Amino acid sequence: MIQVVDLYKAFGRQQVLRGVNLEFAKGKTTTIVGTSGCGKTVLLKHLNALLLPDRGEVLIDGIDITKLGQKELYQIRAKFGVLFQGAALLDSMTVFDNVAFPLREKTRMTEGEVKTKVADRLEQVGLAEMGHKLPAELSGGMRKRAGLARALIMDPEIVLFDEPTTGLDPVLATSIHQLISRTQHDFGYTGIIVSHTIPQVFEITDYVVMLAGGVVEEVAPPEAFSVSESPIVQQFIHGRTEGPIDVL
Amino acid sequence: MFVFLISAIVQAFRAPAKLRLIVYHIKTIGVDSLSVVALSGFFTGMVMGFQGYYSLRQFNAESWLGSATALSLLRELGPVLSAFMVTGRTGSAMAAELGTMRATEQIDALYSMAINPIKYLVTPRIVASLIAMPMLTAIFNVIGIFGSYAVGVGILGVSSGSFFSGMENSVVFHDVYSGMIKSLCFGLIITWICCYKGFHAPPMATGVSQATTESVVLSFVFILVWDYFLTSVML
Repeated sequence: MIQVVDLYKAFGRQQVLRGVNLEFAKGKTTTIVGTSGCGKTVLLKHLNALLLPDRGEVLIDGIDITKLGQKELYQIRAKFGVLFQGAALLDSMTVFDNVAFPLREKTRMTEGEVKTKVADRLEQVGLAEMGHKLPAELSGGMRKRAGLARALIMDPEIVLFDEPTTGLDPVLATSIHQLISRTQHDFGYTGIIVSHTIPQVFEITDYVVMLAGGVVEEVAPPEAFSVSESPIVQQFIHGRTEGPIDVL
Repeated sequence: MFVFLISAIVQAFRAPAKLRLIVYHIKTIGVDSLSVVALSGFFTGMVMGFQGYYSLRQFNAESWLGSATALSLLRELGPVLSAFMVTGRTGSAMAAELGTMRATEQIDALYSMAINPIKYLVTPRIVASLIAMPMLTAIFNVIGIFGSYAVGVGILGVSSGSFFSGMENSVVFHDVYSGMIKSLCFGLIITWICCYKGFHAPPMATGVSQATTESVVLSFVFILVWDYFLTSVML
């Protein structure tokens, strides 16, 4: 269980989060939506303490990770897998070495065991033949798949997806969504997705959270979210320029 | 900045040691800088051969050319100029590489994989530079002396015997030792500043370029300031 309690975060004078309160159900997938710059990625980066809040708490299984020391923080982070927006593959390594990297660094597995597990994950994301390639030689969709394979290699309890389909064509976006859905079903992790791809992302998520003005505007299952009475949610879903959301 | 350095040094004493990475960075800092260090050492030595010869000739002391060249190179020019070369060639690349890794979230990815990026990215570079810099400086010195010999003896007619005997009479172990201490310090300064600047670069193209420029300029300034303090202490 992940709980976010009264979270505030500012960058200089820009107040991004203004008291976010939220719970993420264990073993379920939650999608965070909102306008560009509303603080979705900032919120996501607080969940594994890549950013620390100015005020508030982030509780992972009851432990406030904002007050942990480095050593304890690394133990908590080991529960997470993260798929970054640009996949964040280490560009000096091949795809295989990128996926194998956490195993080689954090476990005592033999090279044979590492090879078997990495080959298995690459197979699951459809990159079985791409292990020898460098990240620069892959397409955007392949990079995301490789990033997902790396995010899942340590069998994490929680996986964070930062805009997993941004920059991809609709077909690739759907294939990434299907991949997330299938791996979530196979591994049972708690998935938290930051996405702009609505309503497609609703098909793979259990809950939708809308951030607006630095606070949570709505939390609901996709069906209920779609018919929310919030004018902000309705403006966002229908992409209208007129309404309570400021259009810059 | 000091906390960054201290945490990188602390990580050097924590298992597991990143031996493969250290060897890799010895190659990038040391082996890959060899040609530029050798070339600059040779031309520095040749210039010293000319300048030294015409300066010493005013005092009828051309035979001291070997001694003057060796002392200048071993104590000052070797460590400082080879450090400048490494800063320009490798230090700037370090800052740009780490800055790009910051901008493309690769450093965040290391954090989120529960891997300490300072231990993985910075400590091996610092250890490698401490090993590579004295070697590069030694090579710079030897080639510089050869350059001075080529000009002084080969072109200007100084006696080969007096070139080497003057060197033998005036150079003591302290001169070699003080130059090596300087090169160790400069190796630490270069990797410390360049890694720090790259590691904390703003995550955008201008941020990376700014971090690269600042790392080179700051390294040059720190090298010269630290050279002054070391010289005043060790002379």
